[in-house]
Amino acid sequence: MALELKYLKSKKQMDFKKKFIEIRDIYKSYRRGNLIIPVLENISFDIVEGEFLALMGPSGSGKSTLLNLIAGIDKPDSGVISIQGVDITTLSETELAHWRASNVGFIFQFYNLIPVLTAFENIELPLLLTGLSKQERHEHVILALKIVNLEDRMHHFPGQLSGGQQQRVAIARAFVTDPTILVADEPTGDLDRVSAEDVLELMTRLNFELGKTIIMVTHDPKAAKKARQIQYLEKGIMHAHPQIDV
Amino acid sequence: MRIFFLYSLRNLLSRRLTTILTGIGMCLVVFVFASILMLSEGLRKTLVDTGSYDNVIIVRKGATSEVQSAVERHQAAILETQQEIALGADGKPLFAKELVVLINLPKRDSDKPSNVVIRGIEENSLILRQQQIRIVEGRMPKPGSSEILAGINIAQRFKGAGIDESLTFALRNWNVVGIFDAGKTGFSSEVWADADQLMSAFRRQAYSSVVFKLKDTSEFDELKSRIETDPRLTIEAKREVRYYADQSEAMSSFLRILGMSLTIIFSLGAIIGAMITMYAAVANRIGEIGTLRSLGFQRSSILLAFLMESLLISLIGGVAGLILSSFLQFFTVSTMNFQTFSELAFSFSLTLEIALMSIFFSIIMGFLGGVLPAIRASRMKIVDLLR
Repeated sequence: MALELKYLKSKKQMDFKKKFIEIRDIYKSYRRGNLIIPVLENISFDIVEGEFLALMGPSGSGKSTLLNLIAGIDKPDSGVISIQGVDITTLSETELAHWRASNVGFIFQFYNLIPVLTAFENIELPLLLTGLSKQERHEHVILALKIVNLEDRMHHFPGQLSGGQQQRVAIARAFVTDPTILVADEPTGDLDRVSAEDVLELMTRLNFELGKTIIMVTHDPKAAKKARQIQYLEKGIMHAHPQIDV
Repeated sequence: MRIFFLYSLRNLLSRRLTTILTGIGMCLVVFVFASILMLSEGLRKTLVDTGSYDNVIIVRKGATSEVQSAVERHQAAILETQQEIALGADGKPLFAKELVVLINLPKRDSDKPSNVVIRGIEENSLILRQQQIRIVEGRMPKPGSSEILAGINIAQRFKGAGIDESLTFALRNWNVVGIFDAGKTGFSSEVWADADQLMSAFRRQAYSSVVFKLKDTSEFDELKSRIETDPRLTIEAKREVRYYADQSEAMSSFLRILGMSLTIIFSLGAIIGAMITMYAAVANRIGEIGTLRSLGFQRSSILLAFLMESLLISLIGGVAGLILSSFLQFFTVSTMNFQTFSELAFSFSLTLEIALMSIFFSIIMGFLGGVLPAIRASRMKIVDLLR
């Protein structure tokens, strides 16, 4: 099924040379007692508009930390993260929350759905932060449910859905506000092979057909192969990887 | 807002047992809180309703109750001639000289003795209280006889006070020939006898009080200042409603202070209970909070969601406690009125003000129990929440 997000901004011609996200000289460390543990060191790279980037690397290499920094849920010790010309490291907490609400969609490994809300209500959650009317929100959610092919499960609670279905609900929640960036932290990590394929297929379509910029952290090489570009992180240092032909 | 309300409500329903237990704690505290206020209000209402706005009561200067008061015969005679006093159908002043004495009677159920007010009345006493009093059984006593009328509460609760029974006091037998109902007023807890008979039986030379009706209630202040400054009279004049309101004050204050002290101690337990419940709720939903924050919800939204949950529990508990306490209105209690040292029967009385205060009190408990856990939930870092 072709994606039909008519309410979303019309798909524009992607300029794959245009710098969309510029990351410069990022340092990040965590403090454990008196010990300072460096996690990311001197990270600099660009992400072009419409990119599908896979971040790979061993556990503790700093992949998720980097993803959190780009998504605006954590701040670096130093450096610049400029997204569409906005340096998000300088935004206040309130400004960052507004920025996330309109620019970032999150996909988590364990879906992170609210168990007491139905699939419909879970998808509606981020729309509450927009100025949309109840009717408009309803239309958006129904369309998102259609895209992830879960219209018949809209009144089901997460506990009544399979892992794959829950992740599809989480993806619908991530793109329902039409964000410019989708960040996914091990989106297939908790799924069986068939469900993982479905989820990756959906993400690929979101990237190809709607031009969403996707940044995905994964351990799974098969998942990473779906991306246009792969970056490796090891001990907080980035190693570029040749682009994969998709 | 609707989704946040559903989020809070469904979370409460999903952990039914802890919600119910916390709610029961709140319910019991609100029950105690409302009961004490209802008791105090019932007492106040009973005594205030005993008086009439048109009536003036005269007691000895400085006396806080009729039991402590003495109005000499010559003082009563001077008072009877005041022009502001309304006249009855017979053209005579609506003026009654009354005597109040306390006697000890055994209760029907426990045989334990308790003080009872015996009021010596005149013919006008009934006319002055005709709005409150009606005879429900038997007849009026014959003037100058040892026949008595018993208030309905006394007839039901004390041995020998029923119709056609007799009481023995002041070395005489007194036959109960009638029962009167004075509604929820203090008179229902009195025994009425002929004032002159009572004075001779108790060898009293002075009345306890004098009651009269004003022609025009607006003349009270002028009359009061004139008779209170008359050197022949060492008396104090009060509107009857004011007099009985003062009677309820000490007991009412005592009940309120005792009740509030108990309620505050109980409420600490309920607040801590709510706090434990809400801290557990926060700990169990760390990931959810992280998700909501990452989606763009502000700290204030998280604070509100958890606070709403705590307020919902307390509101449910508060309403349940109030409903439970409303059934107390069907009960009548009796206690010693410290002001008159006599038995007084009254009912719990629920007013809109008490209902609102109880609900407000429950909301305060919910707020205090929920605010710290809600602050904790809202102050955590997103990366820590999602870890």
